[in-house]
Amino acid sequence: MTADTQAAPGVDRAAGAPRRSAASRLVNRLGGGAVQAALALIALVWLVPTIGLFVASLRSSTDSGSSGWWTVFTKPAQLTLDNYGNLLDNDSITRGFVNTVMISVPTTVLVVIVASLAAYAFAWIEFPGRDWLFLGVVALLVVPVQVGLIPLIQLFGEVNLFGTVPGIVLFHTAFGLPFAIFLLRNYFAGIPRDLLEAARMDGGTEWTIFRRVIFPLGGPAIASLAIFQFLWVWNDLLIALIFGDEDSYPLTVAIQQQTRQFGSNLDVISSGAFLSLLVPLVVFFAFQRYFVQGVLAGSVK
Amino acid sequence: MAEVVLAGVGKVYPDGTRAVTDLDLRIADGEFLVLVGPSGCGKTTALRMVAGLEDISEGEVRIGERVVNRVPARDRDVAMVFQSYALYPHLSVRDNIGFGLSLRKVPKSQIREKVEHAARLLGLTDHLDRKPRNLSGGQRQRVAMGRAIVREPQAFLMDEPLSNLDAKLRVQMRAEIARIQRDLGVTTVYVTHDQTEAMTLGDRVAVMKKGVLQQVAPPQELYDRPANLFVAGFIGSPAMNLLQGTLTGTEDDLRVRFTDQSLTLPREVLAARPALRSYLDRPVIAGIRPEDMEDAELADGPEGARLTCTADLVEAMGSDVLVHFAVNAEQVVTEDTRELARDMGTDVLDKAEAGPGGTPMVARFSPRTRIKVGDPVTAQVDTGRMHFFDPETGASIWDSAQPSPRKESE
Repeated sequence: MTADTQAAPGVDRAAGAPRRSAASRLVNRLGGGAVQAALALIALVWLVPTIGLFVASLRSSTDSGSSGWWTVFTKPAQLTLDNYGNLLDNDSITRGFVNTVMISVPTTVLVVIVASLAAYAFAWIEFPGRDWLFLGVVALLVVPVQVGLIPLIQLFGEVNLFGTVPGIVLFHTAFGLPFAIFLLRNYFAGIPRDLLEAARMDGGTEWTIFRRVIFPLGGPAIASLAIFQFLWVWNDLLIALIFGDEDSYPLTVAIQQQTRQFGSNLDVISSGAFLSLLVPLVVFFAFQRYFVQGVLAGSVK
Repeated sequence: MAEVVLAGVGKVYPDGTRAVTDLDLRIADGEFLVLVGPSGCGKTTALRMVAGLEDISEGEVRIGERVVNRVPARDRDVAMVFQSYALYPHLSVRDNIGFGLSLRKVPKSQIREKVEHAARLLGLTDHLDRKPRNLSGGQRQRVAMGRAIVREPQAFLMDEPLSNLDAKLRVQMRAEIARIQRDLGVTTVYVTHDQTEAMTLGDRVAVMKKGVLQQVAPPQELYDRPANLFVAGFIGSPAMNLLQGTLTGTEDDLRVRFTDQSLTLPREVLAARPALRSYLDRPVIAGIRPEDMEDAELADGPEGARLTCTADLVEAMGSDVLVHFAVNAEQVVTEDTRELARDMGTDVLDKAEAGPGGTPMVARFSPRTRIKVGDPVTAQVDTGRMHFFDPETGASIWDSAQPSPRKESE
């Protein structure tokens, strides 16, 4: 008995954890290093076009016409901020930027509000035909935007929305909703029922439960939805090109038109494109922490 | 604070499942009533119907003077403590406790005052600004209590509030809940599957089985005068031993016969249970509580009140010794005992399985006993405290006019 208990720890030490962990730590470190190097390389390759775009936006149009962007590494003197200065004087670009904001911000807000309300109802309010209706929403996920183009052009023409910013906003909102409702409904459905019942017992109406319990708890899902929705609309070219006109074209269309009119005026395109890229980046980093936040910890059990 | 009345309440789900049948309960103002029963007996459903979280299919629920069948949960002015606590994870302890008040548009300064008062009552003052995820299980449980207390509701509804705590904490919180309820004097309905909680907390305990109320009585009465086999088997730990026997002898010399042993019953039994007369020479179910048996070497008693057998297992608890043995008697198999076995997690008993080994029994002996596993045991039975049940109906045998087991005794 005594011998057994004495031997046991020794046996453990000889056969067990430490030696294996020394080897596994080595493997981990080597593996971790290799993986990290590979990741860094892939990230770099991925970034090459963006870097090229950025560098090109800092070179004059004559330089861009005569040599590749990578020559900047040997002749850094080429760098200039002139392109960005010119951009601010370019009416079509500045108007496009304003339009882009006017389109993507209201769309995002509308989609988040409508979708979260609808998702709450689909997840937590009993009403006849709820599941069939939700099935319909899910089915709408597979409808491509292209299907809606011609009917909606006709409809918008009838109600004088064609060629206006509100028209574009409505189109984006409508086609963004199925996915948004689907995403939020599934997230809301995962919120423990007890929480809603507790709020109901505490005197909450459906509206206060939504506003004070569901909406705050849905934070991560709502934030990621908002970011995605914003990016899609911000980067959209197709819808804006078809539904917009001279006064409502966003940045993407404005940049695209530069190519058509002047051939390869890389100075405007590169700096404009980089400007268009900057805002989503800022948005992403501002909301990024919501992606990983686990707000439900500690609520039940 | 108010009286809560359930009159003929029933619950049928849309798919036809019946969860609660014809439930009559009158919970007096300030009373602590415990609803107890095995899982799936409808006790939580009954509570949720009072809360307003479940539609009432039949009957009527009254809180105070008001029939609340059609009143939504938020307007019933009752507070509920959930098994999972259901704390709002995004709010601090302070805001969690004050949530109900802030929804009712109580002024901020008043909320603050009430929350701090409740926090003092529960020993949460130091944790008011923490989030639920940073609290221990016991503290979360207190927050859940606090949320109910500050509302000063007509009634507290508690749905197994202690079942997520470890054993030690559970005993401590149990005492605390009892203290708080007594101090505040709020009508309380408490649901649990743990008969110890039921016995220690309740002013009265309501035992349910399969959606049907079996008996409502103060804990001691439930223990002393169970209305039927189910209540007898459910209340008490270890559970009452049940044996199939036959009543023999004469009125002056009454005996209950098992296969090869018999116990002589004292005269008081017949005085207390006049209805037993009509069972002479007929089969009965005899119930003996483990604590009504003692090692015959340590106790005096008539010769005729002894059972002899062999100890299969001896569990020393310190304060007493549990001795398991099997008695050569037919095992009791009724719908009630099946339900009890299912609750214990053992397989449903079948007549065939109650083989030659006889009926397993447990006795609670004094720690001075020297019995070891395999020793012969002679158990002195306090036959005056034995229970008798009708083998057909499972009802307790008392007066000739047998009270219906479902009637509420007050």
